[in-house]
Amino acid sequence: MIINGVTIDKTFAEAFPMKATRAIITAQNEKWAMISAQAMTGFATSVIACGCEAGIERVLSSDETPDGRPGVAIMIYAMGGKGLAKQLETRAGQCVLTSPTSALFAGIEGGKPIPLGKNLRYFGDGFQIAKKIGGKRYWRVPVMDGEFLTEATTGMVDAVGGGNFLVLAKSQPQALAACEAAIEEMRKIPNVIMPFPGGVVRSGSKVGSKYASLGASTNDAFCPTLKGITKTDLSPEIESVMEIVIDGLSKEDIDKAMRVGIQAVCDLGAANGIKRISAGNYGGKLGPFHFHLQEIMA
Amino acid sequence: MSALTFTLKDPTNQRVDMSPLVCQKLQGLEIDAIAAIELQNGKRRLRVDELFYITGKNAQEIIIANSTDKLDFIGKELDGGTISVLGDAGAYLGMQMKSGTINVSGDTGLYAACEMKNGLLQIDGNAGDFLGGALPGNKQGMKGGTVLVKGNVGQRAGDHMRRGQILIEGNAGDYCGSRMLAGTIAVMGNTGRYLGYAMRRGTLLLWNQPQLSATFNDCGSHTLAFLPILFASFKSLNSRFAESNVVFNRVQRYGGDMAETGRGEVLVRL
Repeated sequence: MIINGVTIDKTFAEAFPMKATRAIITAQNEKWAMISAQAMTGFATSVIACGCEAGIERVLSSDETPDGRPGVAIMIYAMGGKGLAKQLETRAGQCVLTSPTSALFAGIEGGKPIPLGKNLRYFGDGFQIAKKIGGKRYWRVPVMDGEFLTEATTGMVDAVGGGNFLVLAKSQPQALAACEAAIEEMRKIPNVIMPFPGGVVRSGSKVGSKYASLGASTNDAFCPTLKGITKTDLSPEIESVMEIVIDGLSKEDIDKAMRVGIQAVCDLGAANGIKRISAGNYGGKLGPFHFHLQEIMA
Repeated sequence: MSALTFTLKDPTNQRVDMSPLVCQKLQGLEIDAIAAIELQNGKRRLRVDELFYITGKNAQEIIIANSTDKLDFIGKELDGGTISVLGDAGAYLGMQMKSGTINVSGDTGLYAACEMKNGLLQIDGNAGDFLGGALPGNKQGMKGGTVLVKGNVGQRAGDHMRRGQILIEGNAGDYCGSRMLAGTIAVMGNTGRYLGYAMRRGTLLLWNQPQLSATFNDCGSHTLAFLPILFASFKSLNSRFAESNVVFNRVQRYGGDMAETGRGEVLVRL
């Protein structure tokens, strides 16, 4: 398959089941909601070492948030429910509770309830106040700038992590420009996050390493500087490869995000140095979710 | 299917225990069986059809017409469905109700919403003393749900209240929120003496400055984020509480009762 001069490999991205949740952070203005959201989703690019994958889903206007203030929806993904709950609580406690004027609300109705502010309330040292409003429990925790308002729980649902595609380009700037264009479009799709810095990964990995202590190592088949000395997957004119990883609440959500992302890359096309779109998979052994590139773009 | 309607034939001098006539107990019963139910009336037990004309079939929608303040325990332990009382209701209206809706077009007696667990109780007239309170000797009053009173309420509204919300469009008598454990009482009108007497936790949300005891301490003026969410939850009510012009988030906060744990609060609109 070739779109606008870009070859779409006959391959698939391989993804695996995860647990996910969403939280809504509001503040006096969008600036401070975003600051809190960025802190909460920081150091959360990959479950390999961060314990979770997190990202900002989108900015919410005042009429979309529970307390009528500007807000940001963030999502956190982890391999298991226990780990997700731990990450959520730790991050909420250190990054939202501490952030001026912030409030924190559940972003997923239904699913299994996991603590959001349920345990953060103890920071109130006995001065905290519970309020059950419209069937939801909130905690009002006295803090130095007034009150930190948080919903007690949010919902945890089954999700999919690790959807991806690779952008193979003639130069590094061209690869990055294409990925930026893709991310801009993909951020318009609900229920997905691209957890890596700016949504883009330059260090895609393969499973295993020559070093026994490492579970993953550089994906040498896609490293352009190793073209001559390893079993490469790159043709001579490829000088740079970048990857976009997608976590989503369902396979369909990731399908949509991949479609608009790949399309944005292809819109730049061969004229802008984009040669191929490929994907990372492990022979179907890692995860049950397979995203076939040509089917997605059909 | 039309609402199951009980129309009181004649005003009764003795009090009537209406607790058998709730939706879940009448569901699936034929009219003859309902008519044969015996109600305690003073020291006598009378068949339902001796006291009421019975029309309609839908037991999930009960109407009690020509009601008077002699009809006690209306909607006791109600678990789903709707009871509409046309007229006044006696004592213990909606006592321990679990879910569903009760509407009263007139006034109610003592202990309305006593130990109520959930659901919506709306009183268009006035309510008597101990609204949402606990039975004498019991330690916990209303435990959930919403009570809306369009008129005034008597003394000790929310006595021992544990959870839920009582919304009063009119005035509240003395000892409003006394011995409160938690929950919210909102009063648009005036409040009497000894507001929040011995309250441990909970919120008294007031539109007018109350006369406060010395055991309530001023915590200053504040903008509280939970208030808009609380007001938003009133939107579905047929009440002045649902009107957008009553919404506020700026309050003077008083903490108390300091003679108790002092974790309760009186919030007065600024």
